[in-house]
Amino acid sequence: MDVLTLSRIQFTLTISFHYIYPPLSIGLGVVLVLMEGLWLRTRNPLYHQLARFWTKVFALTFAMGVATGIVMEFEFGTNWATYSRYVGDVFGSALAAEGIFAFFLESGFLALLLFGWDKVGPKMHFFATCMVCLGAHFSAIWIVVANSFMQTPAGFHIVGEGLKARAEITDFWAMVFSPSSVDRLFHTLCGAWQAGAFLVVSVSAWYLLRRKHEAFARASLRVGLLVGLVASLLQLVSGHASAQGVAKNQPVKLAAFEGLYETTPNAPLTLFGWVDESGQRVFGPKIPGMLSFLAHNRASEPVTGLREAAPDARDRPPVNVTFQLFHLMVAIGFALIGIAALGCFYFWRGSLFTKRWLLWLLVFSVLGPQIANQAGWFAAEVGRQPWIVQGLLRTSAGLSAVVKANSVLAAMLLFSSVYVLLFAVFVYVLNDKIRHGPDDTDLHPSGKLALPERRKS
Amino acid sequence: MNFGHLDLNSTWFILIGVLFTGYAMLDGFDLGVGALHLFTKKDEERRLMLNAIGPVWDGNEVWLVTGGGALFAAFPDVYATVFSGFYLAFVLLLVALIFRGVAIEFRSKQPMRWWRQMWDVGFSCGSVLSSFLIGVAMGNIAWGIPIDARGEYAGTFWTLLQPYPVLLGITTVALFMMHGAIYALMKTEGALHDRLRGWINNCIIFFIICYAVTTMATLLYVPHMAARVRANPWLFSIVLVNMLAIANIPREIHHGRDGRAFVSSCLAMLALMGLFGLEMYPNLVLSNPLPANSLTIHNSASSQKTLGIMLTIALTGVPIVLAYTISIYWIFRGKVKLDKTSY
Repeated sequence: MDVLTLSRIQFTLTISFHYIYPPLSIGLGVVLVLMEGLWLRTRNPLYHQLARFWTKVFALTFAMGVATGIVMEFEFGTNWATYSRYVGDVFGSALAAEGIFAFFLESGFLALLLFGWDKVGPKMHFFATCMVCLGAHFSAIWIVVANSFMQTPAGFHIVGEGLKARAEITDFWAMVFSPSSVDRLFHTLCGAWQAGAFLVVSVSAWYLLRRKHEAFARASLRVGLLVGLVASLLQLVSGHASAQGVAKNQPVKLAAFEGLYETTPNAPLTLFGWVDESGQRVFGPKIPGMLSFLAHNRASEPVTGLREAAPDARDRPPVNVTFQLFHLMVAIGFALIGIAALGCFYFWRGSLFTKRWLLWLLVFSVLGPQIANQAGWFAAEVGRQPWIVQGLLRTSAGLSAVVKANSVLAAMLLFSSVYVLLFAVFVYVLNDKIRHGPDDTDLHPSGKLALPERRKS
Repeated sequence: MNFGHLDLNSTWFILIGVLFTGYAMLDGFDLGVGALHLFTKKDEERRLMLNAIGPVWDGNEVWLVTGGGALFAAFPDVYATVFSGFYLAFVLLLVALIFRGVAIEFRSKQPMRWWRQMWDVGFSCGSVLSSFLIGVAMGNIAWGIPIDARGEYAGTFWTLLQPYPVLLGITTVALFMMHGAIYALMKTEGALHDRLRGWINNCIIFFIICYAVTTMATLLYVPHMAARVRANPWLFSIVLVNMLAIANIPREIHHGRDGRAFVSSCLAMLALMGLFGLEMYPNLVLSNPLPANSLTIHNSASSQKTLGIMLTIALTGVPIVLAYTISIYWIFRGKVKLDKTSY
């Protein structure tokens, strides 16, 4: 295999593996803030127990996120040096801002969140939890800003020619608020909230099925289901906004999402199916006019097809792959709304705990956001191909000039074996934590957290 | 913000130096504690060592991440040339840092002997290898690497393992071990504390030997790394500060003033990095054998506009970062005690 293919596979492996964890940290961060906030408000020790247990799970996902994240920051330079030279002026500042505004904040206050329970008072601890959650969100902001520059570059000009050409910032805020960044940030965050919420839902439902820690599980499930439902509904809104943005700014990608070759008014929406790339057709059930309506709010409005948007086939992404990934994400998105709504409905009716089929469904719902998050990012990145920076730099031109195929292969084998090991250990330790369950001693807050109670006696 | 006539390129040279010095002073002791980890034998002592750095190592590693990000943003050509040129070395560094990090998290999660031993080895080897590779990278930047006219690295993986960079790698391990031992001394009490006092002498001797050899090698074989001090004798005061700070470490340890020893060790690092920066300036990576191809703060920098934006970001962010980092260190001051949230 050539350096390009190997480098792309290596980046895919490392980024996909990394992307399991940050969404969990962001989502669990929100859940932790809610749980600890509820504890401070109600003083119900059950919420203290919730916060303590989920903090431990959070610590695990956070450590994995940090360990695999540092690879990402170095990989731009090791494998994509030409790309780094080309975009460093723009992209680098977003990464540096992420370090200063996000990573320091979350890792600094993480110390208090994990080890500060007995060292600081409850309000200070709650503040630390909020800061960790905020830091996790900030990191999403800057990395999505950086990635959005690759999708819809803005606020820059090209200086130099040929091999010396590079993008330089002309307007920082135009770069930050590029046409797609706000929609994509919102979309990414909703996905992250879903990932955290459904993990909580899944574990709680499993406890209920096993009739263990029932009071804990009910309280936990309530928080998880509510966050899950809200995030899933918001995801519908943000997904729609994001897709409209793609229709406007990246017509090739939208056409690939839907396998649309011919520019047509009344463009149909394919529910599921298969793209015959050589015959340039899509097989599957369609709703006439729906794609035009969703993309442009009017069924009569034409949607640009691939033949018009990218007349040269070499300027198109792999259509069927993009189509399938996009449809997988959308299907799971709708399924999650259904699952969360069903869960909330029966929770409210009080009969959820006797519906074992639904509890089992909730147990497996944790996979939904994970698969959808991966599929969504794959669709976004594969759909941009053959460009690494849309319309400016091709992926094949962004490689490191001096790195040889066997080095990339060696690195890839090394990373894959390390990651397989880490994943196995992560699952093993997480499973062990879940089996062990919440500590009953956490129902009695100790140390400085217990000061208000102690004064009474 | 408008920075007037400020030389932004030099400012960023200094700021990146500050970030990497911060990394050396902070994560340096984490890596040093890691290097010493296997010398402790009892499980409880190993847990104490881990928990001494437990709450802070993660934040300390961010100095490296931010330093890398700042290098990417301010001097993208250096970032691209060095990272792609040192490909396999950096891949190894990443794997080492991964193991160091996850080992801290995973080790105490299971009671099995083999489990804990596995992560102990991962933690210690990861720490030693990271320190060594960071030193090797520094050594190569100072010794000079083959750079072609396009600004790309023209050597191989083995070109990086010249004797001088390897020597710097070993010196870095020694420096971090001494620094880590002093930090561990501050954070422990009782039997472990007493034994650490014994090791610390060995660490200091090991470092001073490495330091002397490196200094001699630098003066003999890398004269350009002493040229500025030779031309400006008043800069010798930094060398003096460095030597006095190092000499002060055993004195403070002897008097049982661990905190002051730690400050001396930090000061020594600051002076070393200061000298390194002074001798490198205005180069970021020296080209050897063709010095004309060196990457400097001018030919590898981002636009003035970006350097200005980044300085605004740094001036807004860094004071806040420093404020809460210091507060967090203050909250976790004192000797380590194991409790149920510990690793």
